[in-house]
Amino acid sequence: MAGTTELTDVTRDEGALRRFLHGLPGVDAVGIEQRSAGLATRSIKKASKLRAIELAISMVDLTTLEGADTHGKIRSLCAKAKRPEAGVSHVAAVCVYPDLVATAKEALDGAPVRIASVATAFPSGRSSRQVKLADTEFAVAQGATEVDMVIDRGAFLSGRYGQVFEEIQAVKAAAGSAHLKVILETGELATYDNVRRASWLALLAGGDFIKTSTGKVSPAATLPVTNVMLQAVRDWHGVTGELRGVKPAGGIRTTKDAIRHLVAVNEVAGPEWLTPDLFRFGASSLLNDLLMQRRTQLDGHYSGPDYVTVD
Amino acid sequence: MSDRVPVSKTYKLYLGGAFPRSESGRTYPVSDAKGRFLANAAQGSRKDLRDAVVAARGAFGGWSGATAYNRGQVIYRVAELLEGRREQFAAEVAAGEGVPSRRAESLVDTAVDRLVWYAGWTDKIAAVLGGANPVAGPYFSFSVPEPTGVVGVLAPQRSSLLGLVSVLAPVLAVGATAVVVTSQDRPLPAITLSEVLATSDVPGGVVNLLTGHTAELAPWLAAHADVNALDLTGAPAELRADLERAAAGTVKRVLRAPSTEPDWQERPDIRRLRPLLETKTVWHPMGV
Repeated sequence: MAGTTELTDVTRDEGALRRFLHGLPGVDAVGIEQRSAGLATRSIKKASKLRAIELAISMVDLTTLEGADTHGKIRSLCAKAKRPEAGVSHVAAVCVYPDLVATAKEALDGAPVRIASVATAFPSGRSSRQVKLADTEFAVAQGATEVDMVIDRGAFLSGRYGQVFEEIQAVKAAAGSAHLKVILETGELATYDNVRRASWLALLAGGDFIKTSTGKVSPAATLPVTNVMLQAVRDWHGVTGELRGVKPAGGIRTTKDAIRHLVAVNEVAGPEWLTPDLFRFGASSLLNDLLMQRRTQLDGHYSGPDYVTVD
Repeated sequence: MSDRVPVSKTYKLYLGGAFPRSESGRTYPVSDAKGRFLANAAQGSRKDLRDAVVAARGAFGGWSGATAYNRGQVIYRVAELLEGRREQFAAEVAAGEGVPSRRAESLVDTAVDRLVWYAGWTDKIAAVLGGANPVAGPYFSFSVPEPTGVVGVLAPQRSSLLGLVSVLAPVLAVGATAVVVTSQDRPLPAITLSEVLATSDVPGGVVNLLTGHTAELAPWLAAHADVNALDLTGAPAELRADLERAAAGTVKRVLRAPSTEPDWQERPDIRRLRPLLETKTVWHPMGV
């Protein structure tokens, strides 16, 4: 793997960037799928399960990204984010569209829940650079502390890596002090090799987090894809000493799925990634399932959807 | 070829309209009344039960929202298909319950009649248990019975087909969905009934049939917060008080069971329909 000095070198021009990304070792597709399936069979029970559930709750980016979102819905989402249930600490962040960030900020009222906003012509990313940057600046000006941007998949797939790289850098600059999460939309990248290249591209350009998907494309977050991205942040840490985060989003609906992801984080990246600063779940319905499973652990009998909020 | 080796079957569960193996991978042998091996049945676990409740909850909206007329037709269709497999059911009932074949055939016929009887009630029960209420005020007040939700059924232990149909058909008739723990030692007619249900027009998840050990599954069913009613007919006598207590923890409707299994050949009435219904009363202003 390249050293630190070589990393500044690979972003010198588009040719160097392409040589670096295509020089990354290929992903063994069968191997990564088998490893993911193997890790998914780990049995986590009782006290460990309760701890995993509470960790997962603290990692949730409680998300609503619907055309039908209203101010009222954002306010109830924020109330839930602050205090999902009696005896349960707050989630990591809420994730909303830019025009609703101000509502979220007001509703959270200084609570230690971060405000993430999608930006850059989410979810397709099909607009001009100018519009994408204005979108980002608007979100940050409204009070977003985290920005979830989408990459230009068209440019990436046609090999214009320089363009994608510059765009991430420009959005990073526009986001200022806000954390930048780079959405790769792995469901559109077709191969694991592409996921690895896009992960490295995003890390080189300064993304604080790499995120699997928008949640609008199927397949969204899958375990093998998350594993490839976890390998990328682990290797990045090996090369630069910096810790960058991973956020699987979309399609994680059950506690079982969430715990499988946590096992993968521990085994592939390492235990230092088991914190909301470095690992998040982008989800909406996952939180209710986590709360129900937590209650099952505490009460000793199965709970039901009548005992959690309707979102 | 007379020295052919018979194919002995290992049956699976009926859950969400599909036939999965038990999550636990366990099976147990089923014997006939004389102790001879008949087949292997899946031994459902509490996680299978949890999955069954999720399937039943998922199917509740569609089934309870279907018109009463439609539900009646679907239950009648089940009766038709059961009649079509009369010989298979009669053979399984005869083997499992140790009754002569003529008696077994009569039990199967009564089970078919029982389904038809409950099919007829689907669009009549609202008129019997609901109606307009005379009130002293300018309101039109009326009450309608609505299905309670997911019903957990511990099926009769002795009467493997007629008993099962007699406790399952009322759940279907009111528009509720069922998670049934079948007779532990005589599960074969229930398994064949699941094949009938899967090929009739009953939507997947409306009926879920779990074979296994009743005493192992019953406490989880009784305590499950997403189950709205519990039928204790096949519950082991020594567990009943505990099961009722567990059911009270989440305020379930409980159909208590007599200490001995009733004679299922007796003419039924609506006593099994009433506890599965909740009454909704609407006050509608008049003359405004």
